Amino acid sequence: MKCRRCGARAEVQLRAHNTAFCRPCYLFFFRRQVERAIDAQRMLVAGERILVAVSGGKDSLALWDMLADLGHDTTGLYLGLGIGEYSDRSREKVEQFAAARGLPLRVVKLEDEQLAVPGVAAATRRAPCAACGTMKRHYFDAAAFAGGFDVLATGHNLDDEAARLLGNVLRWQKDHLARQRPVLPPSHPKFVRKVKPLYLTSEYETAVYAFMRGIDYIVDECPNAAGATQLLYKGALDRLEVASPGTKLAFVKEFLRSAQPAFAAVEQREPMECAGCGMPAYGVLCSFCSLVREVENRRARTSSALPA
Amino acid sequence: MRVHLRPQRRTVELRGPRRVGALLAELGILPGTAMVIRGELLLTEGDVVDESDEIEIRAVISGGA
Ligand code: SF4
Ligand SMILES: [Zn+2]
Ligand SMILES: [Zn+2]
Repeated sequence: MKCRRCGARAEVQLRAHNTAFCRPCYLFFFRRQVERAIDAQRMLVAGERILVAVSGGKDSLALWDMLADLGHDTTGLYLGLGIGEYSDRSREKVEQFAAARGLPLRVVKLEDEQLAVPGVAAATRRAPCAACGTMKRHYFDAAAFAGGFDVLATGHNLDDEAARLLGNVLRWQKDHLARQRPVLPPSHPKFVRKVKPLYLTSEYETAVYAFMRGIDYIVDECPNAAGATQLLYKGALDRLEVASPGTKLAFVKEFLRSAQPAFAAVEQREPMECAGCGMPAYGVLCSFCSLVREVENRRARTSSALPA
Repeated sequence: MRVHLRPQRRTVELRGPRRVGALLAELGILPGTAMVIRGELLLTEGDVVDESDEIEIRAVISGGA
């Protein structure tokens, strides 16, 4: 197969775009795709301070690499989830990435707060990914606000967005659909703008970019991913995509164009401030503080049940 | 040829040349869900791999949240 742009041997074939590229042309194509998404959605303004949430995986490191390469002022935030060896190795990947490029990195470890994901999931009888997601959101939001950043950027890709959309649609979660956008303006003074510059580039495209750029990311999966519903949705979407290339892209793009504004128009809840941490919340406590309260109650019960 | 599957940490030995597309189908891997790597290069479905090759098939899916 030949590169559509220059005729050299192609290294990557993109069915959804009905094209194929050699390495230099692919890197050019990918970069332009991301730049276009950033510009079309007005995600970033020159000179803004961007906090990039990095996990050590291909998406977040590819995003950080790209934003830094585009000349943006970026700082990485790594949240250690306390998931054994997986977390140790993903942190090493992030630290090596940042050190090699001289990029500033902040590291927060949930285990230092007695909130490692496995323990929190067990204490609250939640799925690990549910507990993990709540804590990630809280720590990212809080760090972005406390650090005085203008924007919080995450590495969500097209497959993540399509899977999330499918999940939200299957349950008609109107409040989630109202907030599922590549740019989320701050709904409270303590929130910063949240952006997903990779929302139109597939997992495969992001992986290829990371590989071609020589980014050493963690290939191993989080041990909790296996049973997660998101992977079930991704698998279903992958099969649809093979049968009809471009399905995921159309699903997400058309949702944003024709359905999302209608959900956003009716969902107008303004957050108040959490009585626990002071961050925005839709109840007395934010979902993070509710989670922590559950963990504390559970731990108090278990320790008082111990024989004296 | 030796085919290393990541992140599964599994290696399979296969005999005879074939196209990458056929190799993926044989292993039950959907196109677009994995990178096929030979040395420093990525292969596309039409490329032929043969007996003496050492291949890595690296899944691109991730996530759980
Ligand atoms: S798979 Fe689940 S537990 Fe693991 S990092 Fe992702 S959301 Fe967290
Ligand atoms: Zn080319
Ligand atoms: Zn709170």
